[in-house]
Amino acid sequence: MKSTALNPIHHQLGAKMVPFAGYEMPVSYSGVNIEHETVRQHLGVFDVSHMGEFFVEGKEALDLIQKVTTNDASKLVDGQAQYTCMPNETGGIVDDLIIYKFNAEKFMMVVNASNIQKDWDWIHSHNSFDAKLSDLSDEYSLLAIQGPKAVEAMQSISPLDLSDIKFYHFEVGEFGGAQDVIISATGYTGSGGFEIYFKNKDAEQIWTSVLEAGKGHGIQPIGLAARDTLRLEMGMCLYGNDIDETTSPIEAKLGWITKFTKDFINAEALKKEKENGPSRKLIAFEVLDKGIPRHDYELLNSEGESIGHVTSGTMSPSLKKAIGMGYVKAEYAKFGTEILIQIRKKQIKAVIVKPPFYKA
Amino acid sequence: MNVPNNLKYTKDHEWIKIDGDTATIGITDFAQGELGDIVYVEVETIGETLDKDEVFGTVEAVKTVSDLYLPLTGEILEFNEDLEDEPEMVNEEPYDKGWMIKMKIANQDEVKELMDAETYKSHIE
Repeated sequence: MKSTALNPIHHQLGAKMVPFAGYEMPVSYSGVNIEHETVRQHLGVFDVSHMGEFFVEGKEALDLIQKVTTNDASKLVDGQAQYTCMPNETGGIVDDLIIYKFNAEKFMMVVNASNIQKDWDWIHSHNSFDAKLSDLSDEYSLLAIQGPKAVEAMQSISPLDLSDIKFYHFEVGEFGGAQDVIISATGYTGSGGFEIYFKNKDAEQIWTSVLEAGKGHGIQPIGLAARDTLRLEMGMCLYGNDIDETTSPIEAKLGWITKFTKDFINAEALKKEKENGPSRKLIAFEVLDKGIPRHDYELLNSEGESIGHVTSGTMSPSLKKAIGMGYVKAEYAKFGTEILIQIRKKQIKAVIVKPPFYKA
Repeated sequence: MNVPNNLKYTKDHEWIKIDGDTATIGITDFAQGELGDIVYVEVETIGETLDKDEVFGTVEAVKTVSDLYLPLTGEILEFNEDLEDEPEMVNEEPYDKGWMIKMKIANQDEVKELMDAETYKSHIE
């Protein structure tokens, strides 16, 4: 089992630790509901150092990225980030990720922890370009500092003007007493804030300064359980649940990051799928009866016939309602359609809604 | 970890308070901690007579769902309806306000097979 540089601190804080993607990670500190609320109202800090960081450098770095990802990275300016995904050759998704552009010859790809090796092999196998790849996942730590108080609270530990960093942009500079920190205005919660990348040797110092700077703003450490409820309230996909090697970006409503203005792996088939319309679609739903949908529960139409399955589900801590996402046959994907969820021996009602579930 | 001495326990992390031929049943402090924030306790077996180890209900936490197993054979008499409004009582007071059901014990011999507090403590260590 691997561990992040901050692992001893999580133990000291009494976090509940679980194995996740080969790492021992904090799933919660004080309880998922309170941690969730802390991020929505105040400020939370997540150790998500298990995520992978690949650097792509060289004259044809962009060409490699354009080949393996669906979004158009040629649109990026220096200091900008982009959500994208890597399609496979059979209509599915290898991983979803964020691309950071430092300059024309240096990019970073941030990938899911569970896919680091798979992604590395995949990108390598398509690197027929003048591009140098390096996997710095084991050298970099990542903190997500998320919540409405993030800018105000963190300003005291950086000489950069944090309010100047626009959404999906980043700066490299001093933060929490360390140099060369990547400060990115991105996140997986919908409550604003930053994701901070730095070398492992600075981990303890940065963690301590972040908590100190956030003290007057109600900062708390937040575990992976609340990370999941927060992202689900925004209708954001989780790889392995809502998207995987068998789901296409078109079905997953990731058409907005799938740009046919350039060539990429499996572009032709995906373009055809977009034109013809996918046979199933990823939908978001709110539960109307009592019960909580879980991954793999069956979805039915009002006649009780199977139309798909749940990919993510939870009790929403902000809405106090059960919510979920799942794939249904395309003809049932319209907002307002009533469907049924098979929960053990019962069928409960749900209605398809437009995400996000939570609107700040 | 709170494991009261006056209760009996199962390997499925339920506690049983014996009072003559009735038993009160809930989940242990350890169990509520493992489940995390509990949002919903479902028991739809009131009035039914079930065998030991049969599922009598389910407990839904934010992140997970878990079946509840009847620790003794007998009839389910009552569900703690306060949990419909305050399921968090299972987290806050698992041995008091967080009790789940009362049942009528059909076979007193089964009571002897339950764990005492010391045995349960070593089970969760």
